[in-house]
Amino acid sequence: MIHSSMNCTKCKTKAVMKLPRHNAAFCKPCFNHFVHDQVEKAIKSQAMFGPDERILVAVSGGKDSLALWHILLALGYHADALYVHLGIAGYSERSYDKVQYYAKMIAAPLGATLHTHTVEQEAGAGIKELAQLVHRPTCSTCGTIKRYQFNRAAIEKEYDVMATGHNLDDEAARLLGNVLHWQEEYLDKQGPSLPASVEGFAKKVKPLYRLTERELAAYCVLNKIDYIVDECPMAQGAKTLLYKEVLNRLETESPGTKQYFYWGFLEKQRKQSATSAPATMAEKDQTILHPCMSCGQPTTAESCSYCKLMARAKSAVPH
Amino acid sequence: MHIQLSHPSRTVDIKGPKRAKDVLRELNLVVEAHLVIRGDELVTEDEMLADQDHIEIRPVISGGT
Ligand SMILES: Nc1ncnc2c1ncn2[C@@H]1O[C@H](COP(=O)(O)O)[C@@H](O)[C@H]1O
Ligand code: Q46
Repeated sequence: MIHSSMNCTKCKTKAVMKLPRHNAAFCKPCFNHFVHDQVEKAIKSQAMFGPDERILVAVSGGKDSLALWHILLALGYHADALYVHLGIAGYSERSYDKVQYYAKMIAAPLGATLHTHTVEQEAGAGIKELAQLVHRPTCSTCGTIKRYQFNRAAIEKEYDVMATGHNLDDEAARLLGNVLHWQEEYLDKQGPSLPASVEGFAKKVKPLYRLTERELAAYCVLNKIDYIVDECPMAQGAKTLLYKEVLNRLETESPGTKQYFYWGFLEKQRKQSATSAPATMAEKDQTILHPCMSCGQPTTAESCSYCKLMARAKSAVPH
Repeated sequence: MHIQLSHPSRTVDIKGPKRAKDVLRELNLVVEAHLVIRGDELVTEDEMLADQDHIEIRPVISGGT
């Protein structure tokens, strides 16, 4: 018998997951404890929400957002979910199945509700056709619609805060992209907690920013959360993937690279706003944003990008 | 051992016994981007895998926009 097992740093039973960036290895109960603890740290240190607030989690059927819903419920928060059905043939249905299964089997018995927004019902077509109609890349159309519907659902259903499943890899990859192109104007908005700066904008938080994709996938496997492993068919060749690959190569060579990079950025941002604080983000937003003339959601233009998109799609529909 | 891979979905055969991390290396896969699952149990990359084991190597990186 070959002895190959490695033991949990905390309780010395057999480990199932190694975490080189924390110089640790954990068994299932200690790993769950670690994950919950990281999320609590995120919530508290970034003042995301309190125990009595109502949270709307955007759940896609992927590992991150299902794990997020699960963790928030396990920690005793009031967390409902929103699924946006994008109408992507063969993919949306399968991811919706995963979300519905979780909602029915685990969330509903805990008193949590799943809301669904179906793009085709409101817009008359799925995102692929909409994107073709307005001659824009599918993913940018998709992003506009998702952002808009997340915010609208949170406001209309009167949630205190809207949460997404963005993880450390997502945020580090995005930061790398923004830094490589010196897109400083985006850096301001890259924190894990964005306040409801103006009337009509919900507060937005990313409670998983302290956990990697691998840790979240492991959390799902260990807790038997059935998520969609396949990628959205449109996602292929995205720049984000390349940034993530590069960061993971660095992480393998020097564990902790991703967290130093992103958390270091957050720390710098915090120090800067504490010392200089010229105009807060809320003040800046209040000067440039006003209600969209068709839907009332805040925008910098006359009508918001969602209403513009819908108007262009309507006028392009062949009758 | 039979190994199930995704993106695209396929199976490969690799001679055991072998440590999970060496299997990953042989397939040119980065530890940080994958999980090794035996049956339905998660194992660490130090685990020794045997010929009769049913293994899934699951990618954990998602594309996004
Ligand atoms: N179709 C969807 N419905 C609801 N939430 C979604 C959907 N797609 C993405 N999300 C949310 O947005 C986050 C980032 O998604 P992605 O850009 O696919 O990595 C996910 O973790 C979810 O919280
Ligand atoms: S995160 Fe993503 S869901 Fe939508 S169409 Fe699919 S890839 Fe592109 S943006």
